[in-house]
Amino acid sequence: MTVAFDADEPAVDAVNLTVGSGEIVSLIGPSGCGKTTLLRAIGGLQKMYQGSVLMSPPMVANSGQIGFVFQQPALLPWATTLQNVMLPLELIGHGNRLDRLDAASESLAAVQLSAAHHKYPHELSGGMQMRASIARALVTNPGILLLDEPFAALDDMLRSDLGRLLLDLWQQRRFTAVMVTHNISESIFLSRRIVVMRHGKLEQSIDNPLAWPRDPSLMRTAEFASFFGVVSDALRGEETTVDTTRSGASR
Amino acid sequence: MNSISPNPRTVVHRLVQWSSQWIPALLVALVALVIWHLVAWGFDLPRALLPKPVEVWQAAVANRSALLAALYSTGLAALVGLVVAICIGSLISVVFSQSRRVRLAFFPYVIFLQTVPIVAIAPLLIIWSGYQFRTVVIVTVIVCLFPIVNSVTAGLTAVDRQWSDLFTLYGAGRMKRLCRLQVPAAVPYLVLGAKTSSGLAVIGAIVAEFFVGNGTEYDGLGTLMTHWQGFVRTDALIAAVFTSTLLGLALFGLVHLLAHSVLRRWMTLV
Repeated sequence: MTVAFDADEPAVDAVNLTVGSGEIVSLIGPSGCGKTTLLRAIGGLQKMYQGSVLMSPPMVANSGQIGFVFQQPALLPWATTLQNVMLPLELIGHGNRLDRLDAASESLAAVQLSAAHHKYPHELSGGMQMRASIARALVTNPGILLLDEPFAALDDMLRSDLGRLLLDLWQQRRFTAVMVTHNISESIFLSRRIVVMRHGKLEQSIDNPLAWPRDPSLMRTAEFASFFGVVSDALRGEETTVDTTRSGASR
Repeated sequence: MNSISPNPRTVVHRLVQWSSQWIPALLVALVALVIWHLVAWGFDLPRALLPKPVEVWQAAVANRSALLAALYSTGLAALVGLVVAICIGSLISVVFSQSRRVRLAFFPYVIFLQTVPIVAIAPLLIIWSGYQFRTVVIVTVIVCLFPIVNSVTAGLTAVDRQWSDLFTLYGAGRMKRLCRLQVPAAVPYLVLGAKTSSGLAVIGAIVAEFFVGNGTEYDGLGTLMTHWQGFVRTDALIAAVFTSTLLGLALFGLVHLLAHSVLRRWMTLV
């Protein structure tokens, strides 16, 4: 895939990325390296200069098979939390109103926001707004979830809570997820594979050796610290010696 | 016992807050009135040139029925003109928001509405529409239209990128995007335009009345002003000026109140 805003310097330059079903992949890299552009192109939000996104089974257009969690919660301020979560179902024309209400209530319950059905976004805290945003992305039961630095605006405690929530949801639903993040710990804790991007190119794809299921205590282990060093080196552009590393192009 | 009766301490607190908000402005008005009185009295100016504040008050009381009738006519024309401008302006903005080409082709002519001297085209409108209420409303609509179109078009076209992405992700068509996203997102902009236009509406109506009311049965504040100017009734003329100012404030306050109740949901945007 190639995405270019400027013909001389593509934002995403001939990237070839394969993500397995049910896999969580983190995209990391310096600012402006094309992570978000790649994610948006996968979601169909960014026109590609060249290339395509292939899915198996093939995606049905406008069916809600892809969920997207944005950097900001992006809730509509004139709608209640429930209405915000129901929105994707309305837009894709899913079922009748009762079906949509049931699905939205279920999705809100999954993110522990059942009590906030009738609250407007400005009545919710930052963490609650992000939970509602995740509930909205999952309400169509998507096979693929794309997350663009979803926890970047939150403090460490909330970031950790929402990370755990995301893993719980993944364990229940086993969706495929691609997440852009700047946070190395977050990428290690949440993903099975970490892809390092630089100058629009996919530089390294590093398999995460840490075992599942994952618990926050994992972050205090020597194994975690060691792998943190590997990813950190890769991010700085230094050669990594872990044998789980594969080149992006070969994927 | 009575759970719905307001807490007296809260009521007093609100009253104090409200007073502290208005006291500085009232003090300025009081000082201005005193200076005005001292100038008129100190220089012994004739009533026809600068009447004292108390003489203006007396003229207002003496002509209260004429002023109230004129207030009603001008107020009605300004309100109808504002509402019509909001409706027409919003429709124009919706059309503009749907096509960049249409916007580029017609927006300069909307700016023309803002730049054309209304005093120059008012006589033309009278020839076409006659010496009547309708002409006053048309002038008011012309004066009010630009701020509405300008604001609402900005609101409809400058939708947050992430909201727009959300609608693209779920394949929302043009109509769903307009009704579910662009129109609600433009409400704060509409309110902003309406607030600006509410002050202009009274000015537009009075300017139109300078022409429409001339020698006819129509009795707006503008008509009264021309009439009293002819008789050098400066005291009554100033009373009419104050009445029109109060009308402008009332219209602005009405829009502000409506906006406040409507915009609660848009808290993160305003």
